[in-house]
Amino acid sequence: MKKVLFVMAPVVLVAASYAQDIKIGGIGPVTGEAATFGISTKNGMTMAVDEWNAKGGIFGGRKAKLIFEDDKGDPSEGAIVWNKLIQQDNVVAIVGTVMSKVSLVGAPISQAAGIPMISPTSTNEKVTLVGDYIFRACFIDPFQGTVGANFAFNDLKARSAAAIFDLGNDYTKGLAENFKKQFEKLGGKVVAFEGHPTGTTDFKAQLTKILQGKPDVIYIPDYYNDVGLIAKQARELGFKGPLVGGDGWDSPELVKIGGTAVENGFFTNHYSSEDKRAIVQAFVKKYKAKFGAEPDALAALGYDAMYIMLDAIKRAGSTKGAAIRDALKATDINVVSGRIKFDENRNPIKSAVIIEIKNGKQVYRTTVNP
Amino acid sequence: MNVRKLPRFLIAVVLFYIVVEVLYRTEILNGYLLHIINLSLIYVILATSLNLINGITGQFSLGHMGFAGVGAYVSGSLTTLILKLSVTNPASMLPFLLSIIAGGVVAAFVGFLIGFPSLRLKGDYLAIVTLGFGEIIRTIFNNIDAVGGPRGLLGIPKFSNFTVILVAAFLTVVIIRNLIESSHGRAMLSIRENELAAELVCVNTTRYKVMASTFGAFFAGIAGGLLAHLIQLAHPTQFGFIKSVEVLIMIYAGGVGSLTGSILAAFGLTFLSEGLRLGIRALADATGLPIGGEWRMVVYALLLIFIMLFRNEGLMGMRESRIIKNVEVD
Amino acid sequence: MGSIFSLQQILNGLQLGSIYALIALGYTLVYGIVRLINFAHGDFFMIGAYAAYGSFYMFNALVAGRSGTLAFLVLLAAMIGGASIAYLTNKFAYKPLRYKPKLSSLITAIGVSMFIEYFFSALPAIGPSYRSFPDILVRKEIRLGNAVISNLVIIDLAVAAILMVGLTLLVRKTTLGKAMRAVSQDKDAARLMGIDIEKVISFTFMVGGAFAGAAGLLAGMTYPRIFPYMGILPGLKAFIAAVLGGIGNIPGAMLGAYIMGIAETFASAYNSLIGEGIAFAILILVLLIRPRGLLAEKIADKI
Repeated sequence: MKKVLFVMAPVVLVAASYAQDIKIGGIGPVTGEAATFGISTKNGMTMAVDEWNAKGGIFGGRKAKLIFEDDKGDPSEGAIVWNKLIQQDNVVAIVGTVMSKVSLVGAPISQAAGIPMISPTSTNEKVTLVGDYIFRACFIDPFQGTVGANFAFNDLKARSAAAIFDLGNDYTKGLAENFKKQFEKLGGKVVAFEGHPTGTTDFKAQLTKILQGKPDVIYIPDYYNDVGLIAKQARELGFKGPLVGGDGWDSPELVKIGGTAVENGFFTNHYSSEDKRAIVQAFVKKYKAKFGAEPDALAALGYDAMYIMLDAIKRAGSTKGAAIRDALKATDINVVSGRIKFDENRNPIKSAVIIEIKNGKQVYRTTVNP
Repeated sequence: MNVRKLPRFLIAVVLFYIVVEVLYRTEILNGYLLHIINLSLIYVILATSLNLINGITGQFSLGHMGFAGVGAYVSGSLTTLILKLSVTNPASMLPFLLSIIAGGVVAAFVGFLIGFPSLRLKGDYLAIVTLGFGEIIRTIFNNIDAVGGPRGLLGIPKFSNFTVILVAAFLTVVIIRNLIESSHGRAMLSIRENELAAELVCVNTTRYKVMASTFGAFFAGIAGGLLAHLIQLAHPTQFGFIKSVEVLIMIYAGGVGSLTGSILAAFGLTFLSEGLRLGIRALADATGLPIGGEWRMVVYALLLIFIMLFRNEGLMGMRESRIIKNVEVD
Repeated sequence: MGSIFSLQQILNGLQLGSIYALIALGYTLVYGIVRLINFAHGDFFMIGAYAAYGSFYMFNALVAGRSGTLAFLVLLAAMIGGASIAYLTNKFAYKPLRYKPKLSSLITAIGVSMFIEYFFSALPAIGPSYRSFPDILVRKEIRLGNAVISNLVIIDLAVAAILMVGLTLLVRKTTLGKAMRAVSQDKDAARLMGIDIEKVISFTFMVGGAFAGAAGLLAGMTYPRIFPYMGILPGLKAFIAAVLGGIGNIPGAMLGAYIMGIAETFASAYNSLIGEGIAFAILILVLLIRPRGLLAEKIADKI
């Protein structure tokens, strides 16, 4: 027994000197078809960690160490990395991941291990319902769809609408369904409700059908890469009315892919890059300097999620899961996407802004409170 | 059947079980590694069952995960939506196991149905039809809202554990091995080697092709059910073409027709993919190069190409380990 | 439901079919000659699109204003890009396995496909992000009754038609084409006739790659968004089109591709859920009725 202790002693010493760093797990898809979203999220997380460390660490001079793992956007892979980060790397908290289907696999693992987790962008309501250790930084599906429908009906005075969404993507389908529900509740008519297969580039069949119903507005709750193409093809087929969408639109690439076709387009978002708040301006500037690209919504949410987590660890003054969880619950902080507090289901209570695309620029139009 | 030699594989599996359990209980093996072992075992079921269709009977199939999807959705719906089983209730174990078997049976039925039309087709045409079936199955899951549509079937209780998965993998290997070594298996092999000649010596090729397809699909369905109850989710994207290709890679890397090869490759490739996480990070730390997780799959793909180029018969070729083999063949 | 079969939908389908056709031809050429499903073919298409993207920015300043010349140069670059990667893939990944069991080549093909995708995605200069494809030609739309025809529809159809006619002439009228046909019918006999088989195979790969590259450019212009995984889905669809027409058969690939394009468009217009699975459903039906595809000749099994 003594011998064992003797051998173990240096190991323990080495471990103790490294224990200064607080290990945080980061998860996102950096390979596979969702890689571009994962990279943005990872960039945002890295930036938040670097900022906190530059300020002197989280608490007691201890710095944060981000251990980032790839989930490939695949639920099975998600189960692996959650187990790895918790069991092998002994992280104190997890920030991740992008896709709801993967977060839904990770959440029970986090909950069972008592390791708090915050998902930057998983919008499925069920994610945080897994347990009291699970939080998120983004809107949930019903909120954006409802806001989009209200805006189309009240502000754009649309009385008929059509929606096109990705059949294989729960986020876009969820938004479209909630848009339809709210728009019809307001008394509007949804003339077409069309899905498209994931990964397709040709939406003309669906759009031709949609345009036969002569809608006042088309709701396109897809990601920017698809939105650009859909908008272009809709304009090509002669649609002149407004297009409305969700936070998936928020990327500098949208205008590049869609060109003038996305003019007269409106989308719900967490923040506007025009926002004069110092944290927004600093974020946009620093992100550009560091990664040579404008941040998209995923980068902002990755940054925010990490920021919220580090802030909670600081306030907890501890790396114990329960303490961090309690601190997270008490969050009241200003981050890029606004002032964040959590409701009883650990979803952020924050207002949405409506952004308009005007002359190739994102212009702030109005703020909508939940 | 030579009963005297049966226990060799059983002993090996029991030893493996004891070692893993002891290491896990003494916390030398953490939950992460145990999870990887569980996953590898599920891949063992998938790979050996695909080997029966593909390696033994020579019916090239690209839609194997479609069957796993059927098993996952059927068993998941039973335990989650219909029976509403809870992990905390010990009486739930039996209904869970029955649900898994039900998933396998429904998958087998689908395999049986698909087996028939595929009879007229060979080689690449068969490959593309099985691919099509796999994708259609995936599309169907995607569009049934009762099982979650594109959101997937959520909240499946975590019933799968090391013991259940190991027993299932053991039984799968034993049953498939016995099948291969029986006269039925010889008939299947003869179809792979030369279908026309097989027919000429009165092998009922139709019957054996359908049989291989049905058995293979059954075990794939079991594996799918176990996977769903391990990661607590069944999602359409898990059962698409790309996932089927992953299993296919395993049987080719291991050696077509060799169960030993399939088992080794299922473990080897699953651990390789995890080892590369550590390897890439270590390399980045050591050299200071800005390489991250995005390079992991590049290395994985390169290794795969090299295995095929320099050992194109796979790790084991067509050989079988003495541990697995039941009867000695001259 | 007269609306499904409108002129507009037919045009939509033909445009989609043209792109499928160019990719499908590559599958069919390579299959005809080496009996290999080249899974990396969809990635040749992707590389063609990136080659076009890169060359646009290279040549744009050089030929300022003359968009016709520019379009031609970019098309050339896309075809060269596709041909080069096809040449390299054949040389390093397929040739060493030529006389090994066919299925090991198939797995290698899958490996090559994965490698190209992940490598492009990991490479900092390219990365996994979606890139907007520049407008090489100004978009114009012509109204024709209820239908809108954009100049891109005409360009897609024309380029595909010209290349397909060119290919048919190449295969039927030139010595090289004769050699290709000879190798596809009987490799050993062709070798005895003094044909350098490897050279012919290599050339066939390059032609297939060049066609995929051209398709990459057309897809980039029509659907102006490119990313490293863009080849997977069109690759799969085009492959199905080739099988549908009778793999190894050149007119079959074209026919299959146009049927796919139009069927997909009509089905999507009818019901989006059906649209998603229609490609596979048609395929299975056709293969059950005509197991060797629409245009394949009847060949008895060799014993």
